[in-house]
Amino acid sequence: MDDRVILRIGTKILSPFILIFALYVQFHGDYGPGGGFQAGVIFAAAFVLYALVFGLGNAIKVMPPKVAYICGAMGVVIYLGVGYLSMFRGGEFLNYSYLFDPEHDPTHGQHYGIIGIELGVLVTVFGVMVALFYAFAGRRRIDT
Amino acid sequence: MISFTLFNYWAVIVLMMVGFYTLISRDNLVKKLIGLNIFQTSVIMMYVSIGKITGGTAPILMESGDHGGEVAVDAGHAAVEVLYSNPIPHVLMLTAIVVGVATLALGLSLVVRINEAYGTIEEDEIARKDNAR
Amino acid sequence: MTETMVQLVDVVLLVLLAITGIAVIRTRNLFVAVMLAGIYSLLSAGLFVVMDAVDVAFTEAAVGAGISTVLMLGTLALVGYKESAPTHKPILPLFVVLVTGGILVYGTAEIPPFGGADNPAHKHVAAHYIHDSEEEIGHIPNVVTSVLGSYRGYDTMGETAVIFTAMVGVLLLLSRGPLPKRIFHAGQWHTVKAGTTREDMVAKFGGDAGPDETVKDGPARTEGGADG
Repeated sequence: MDDRVILRIGTKILSPFILIFALYVQFHGDYGPGGGFQAGVIFAAAFVLYALVFGLGNAIKVMPPKVAYICGAMGVVIYLGVGYLSMFRGGEFLNYSYLFDPEHDPTHGQHYGIIGIELGVLVTVFGVMVALFYAFAGRRRIDT
Repeated sequence: MISFTLFNYWAVIVLMMVGFYTLISRDNLVKKLIGLNIFQTSVIMMYVSIGKITGGTAPILMESGDHGGEVAVDAGHAAVEVLYSNPIPHVLMLTAIVVGVATLALGLSLVVRINEAYGTIEEDEIARKDNAR
Repeated sequence: MTETMVQLVDVVLLVLLAITGIAVIRTRNLFVAVMLAGIYSLLSAGLFVVMDAVDVAFTEAAVGAGISTVLMLGTLALVGYKESAPTHKPILPLFVVLVTGGILVYGTAEIPPFGGADNPAHKHVAAHYIHDSEEEIGHIPNVVTSVLGSYRGYDTMGETAVIFTAMVGVLLLLSRGPLPKRIFHAGQWHTVKAGTTREDMVAKFGGDAGPDETVKDGPARTEGGADG
């Protein structure tokens, strides 16, 4: 493992840019191709790359599996939370127009609602992808 | 040139059948899952083909960079009418791809467990071991 | 002129996809097959760009070519990468495939021509989404995002729940639970002391304490059950 200098240095240089690119894809999804699904996968790809190069043990120190599991569940909660919030503010479930004063400007609420649910999708997809990778990589081969 | 009106659909059907053949003719479970993946991608291509409009562009509305609502709407009316492809198949297939990887992961984990239980992932050997019991 | 170019790229990509697919069928090495599947995903992402589905292309490139390939490689590390020679004659599957393909091609006779702007698929709500989303949703130029997030918010919510469920399923099948309190090995029960690691148990009990938790705590749950 120690002689793969180019791989290790390359990973260290690339990882922050992959994470930043994921955030760009997330928040630029309104204006161009992208959104929560793609951003979540790219965000997870940074950790998968780290685990492939530095080994699963080090990756688990950076990103414990429990955090990934919680992320996977929290994203759904965030999504549902946006839906219930618009319900408690007088609209229908997931009717984001009611998130802010609907008489004033319903598109305001729509915009924040979409940002909210995209955040939920990002968190779920990220957590699920990292958890799936850990599940497969953490299992040892049995020779029968 | 060949009549292009239906060529896309036929090509996609050929790809679909390549995936289907892999799925039903191979005994290896991982190979079957790869075939299923090819089949699924082909179905996605079919839907996206239905959404395509010749001469159209990606469904991202064009306008000036101005973020003011009314100005942008006015600019849109003044500009030449742009033809956009149908966004609905894109939305449906976007989600289908992510569900696809979720089902693929579930299938692969079943393959791992089958390998641990039987020591093989070839379908005929699994059937033989089952029948020998 | 440009449309001819688009059609040319379209045909080239479809031919490359067909070649990749046939190579997947022919190869006997699963590692090669997985890599070819990744190439297939990337080529199809290119095809999606040609057909104006940029969001789908992005997702396919990230998910299909990236994560799927990594998961399949993770599986191959556990199950090996050799495929045994086929035992059956390929006549029956070939017949089924040809008949199914023939029926599908027959069905395309009723499909409206590819790329027609007046096709029924574009007549329902698509025009509404494109023309009115600016006023209804606000300044979100990417119609796919506004449809995904707002018009079809329920759809995406179910989607998010589905991938969460898939994670739960995979973890139930693959992840390792806590160590058992005691273990049945060589005809008698052994109590596992606190602080024992999994490696210690594998060293002491061998295969019985292996990574498969069903082997370890299977007998511990059903008292005196026969060790499979």
